[in-house]
Amino acid sequence: MKRRTLLASAAMTAGLALGMATTGFAMDKTKVGFVYVGPVGDGGWTYEHNKGRLAVEEHFGDAVETVFVESVPEGPDAERVMTQMALEGADLIFTTSFGYMDQTINVAKKFPNVKFEHATGYKQADNVSVYSARFYEGRAIQGHIAGNMTESNVIGYIASFPIPEVIRGINSAYIHAKKVNPDVEFKIIWAYTWFDPAKEADAAKALIEQGADVILQHTDSTAPLAAAAEAGNVIGFGQASDMSEYKDGPRVSSIIDDWAPYYIARTQAVIDGSWESVSTWDGIGAGMVGIGDITDKVPASVAAEAMEMKAKLASGEYHAFTGPLNKQDGSVWLKEGETAADYGDNGLAGMNFYVEGITAEIPN
Amino acid sequence: MDFSSINPVLLLASLIVAATPLLLAAIGELVVEKAGVLNLGVEGMMITGAICGFAIAVNTGSPVVGLLAAAVGGAVLSMLFALLTQYALANQVASGLALTLFGLGLSSLIGQGYQGVKPPSFPRFDIPVLSDIPFLGPVLFTQDFIVYLAFFLTLGVWAVLKYSRAGLILRAVGESHDAAHALGYKVVRIRVLAILFGGACAGMGGAYISLIRVPQWTEGMTAGIGWIALALVVFASWKPWRVLLGACLFGGINVLQLNLQAAGIAIPVEILAMSPYVITIVVLVIMSADRSRAPASLGKVFHAGS
Repeated sequence: MKRRTLLASAAMTAGLALGMATTGFAMDKTKVGFVYVGPVGDGGWTYEHNKGRLAVEEHFGDAVETVFVESVPEGPDAERVMTQMALEGADLIFTTSFGYMDQTINVAKKFPNVKFEHATGYKQADNVSVYSARFYEGRAIQGHIAGNMTESNVIGYIASFPIPEVIRGINSAYIHAKKVNPDVEFKIIWAYTWFDPAKEADAAKALIEQGADVILQHTDSTAPLAAAAEAGNVIGFGQASDMSEYKDGPRVSSIIDDWAPYYIARTQAVIDGSWESVSTWDGIGAGMVGIGDITDKVPASVAAEAMEMKAKLASGEYHAFTGPLNKQDGSVWLKEGETAADYGDNGLAGMNFYVEGITAEIPN
Repeated sequence: MDFSSINPVLLLASLIVAATPLLLAAIGELVVEKAGVLNLGVEGMMITGAICGFAIAVNTGSPVVGLLAAAVGGAVLSMLFALLTQYALANQVASGLALTLFGLGLSSLIGQGYQGVKPPSFPRFDIPVLSDIPFLGPVLFTQDFIVYLAFFLTLGVWAVLKYSRAGLILRAVGESHDAAHALGYKVVRIRVLAILFGGACAGMGGAYISLIRVPQWTEGMTAGIGWIALALVVFASWKPWRVLLGACLFGGINVLQLNLQAAGIAIPVEILAMSPYVITIVVLVIMSADRSRAPASLGKVFHAGS
């Protein structure tokens, strides 16, 4: 039995040491917490949020301490993680996935003095801000390039969950691919995960086997690009991050999320005491959405058009959803020249329909 | 709706690719559990194998050496579990969970600098003559050799457990370690060997994902396959052929549902997405109606003096 007591006491010491390390923070430091849906090394979504966190650390130096928990499942477990962070003295907590929405609101109720920032959601509270990027602007450029590049006229789309953000991306890419290539067809797979490289690769393979020669993804890892590289003659785009390691292979451009300026500004607001609950939704113009280098695989004329579209989206001269556009059922959504509103019944924030021409159905 | 866009040969070939890592990990865990040890660290051993195999394959340029390294990596990690549970008599559930956490952390540490690297590709192994059979040939006999390895491993495990003296001893240890001990068998040594075998298999399963199925290294890339493997062993009532069936069902239906979605079949996507789990469980539960049960000493601590 001696060995067991030894083990037990060793475990207890370890437990104590851990507890000390996490609770022993300095009082004057502002503590900022981040909850991630994937690992920081996913090469995409979470990787970029973590870059934002590192930028906060670099900007504020010793004045700010950051903590993060990665691979937190969307659901009740997220509530536990956030509660733990709040109990350990976090002043500001960024919850960086859509599926943390209700959990963020619940935990925020219990900790009125802690500020929360929820990414890509729509539920605000006195101490909960929401922030998101207009990824659909990047999708418009992607769609333009994809529609020009496809030879099979089949574009594969790996979607994650049927939420407005993902549906906006599909619609925006489709509209702009269709504009340059009326024969284009979208094949859509719902992976029901943000991060599962094996499944993402399987989905990419299924799409490629069914004739897709362009793969668009709304999942977080680089696996679809790896599958495209393996197949050859298939192109794809970096998602959330530049994914430039696939530049010599399938990646022809990318949508890059840049959270650093926002994270720094919000942390500053907490330090100054000027933090207020806001709803931020920035796009290419504000620099929250970036477009990665377009490689030489794309003809120069197409690349030039894409860059022109980027400039117009940034200046506000062009809106990615400009009428005439019909909904999938044929009813009018936007009249000639009309642009989509952010909120309201047919607004972008709650988008739950496909535009005309997409043959698939949105899962409920 | 357009079934014609699905090519059955390619579909079945990718079914086998999806089933292989699951089969490898599950067959290893089956041996471990047959010896009476519950190792919940499969996920950790898989991911460690994935990065060990990937790193060595990239550095040596040889995927075969990489695969061996993955087996060694998985086995070395499982050695930690063996030390904790067999010599220090720690709780197996807690040690297994810790092993998974440790493996995930260790793998992302080793994996620094391997992101975005392309591994050397595995040679395909076309079996002469057989691969020329129409339909069956391209599906079954033009895979990479790990697929055959996984199949023969299943065959081997089944034969050894059922017909050999070594298998009998292993099962005896798993059913009643006290009786096995009284008969003079080295319970701890046998269990450690079983754990190492399980670790090596899980490691190879992980490497199959990082070297062939995806192929690249990403942190946390096994994303729960180890847990599925664990569940599969239970639902397969600790029988090797049912593990094979379950792995093919799960992997296969997963690939099938992705293909059906891409083809735009009018089945609601939610139902397609949950079908691999539901169908695998239902089929295996129905098959286990013969009241097969877990090894009696599963998860129990053995100490010769107590």
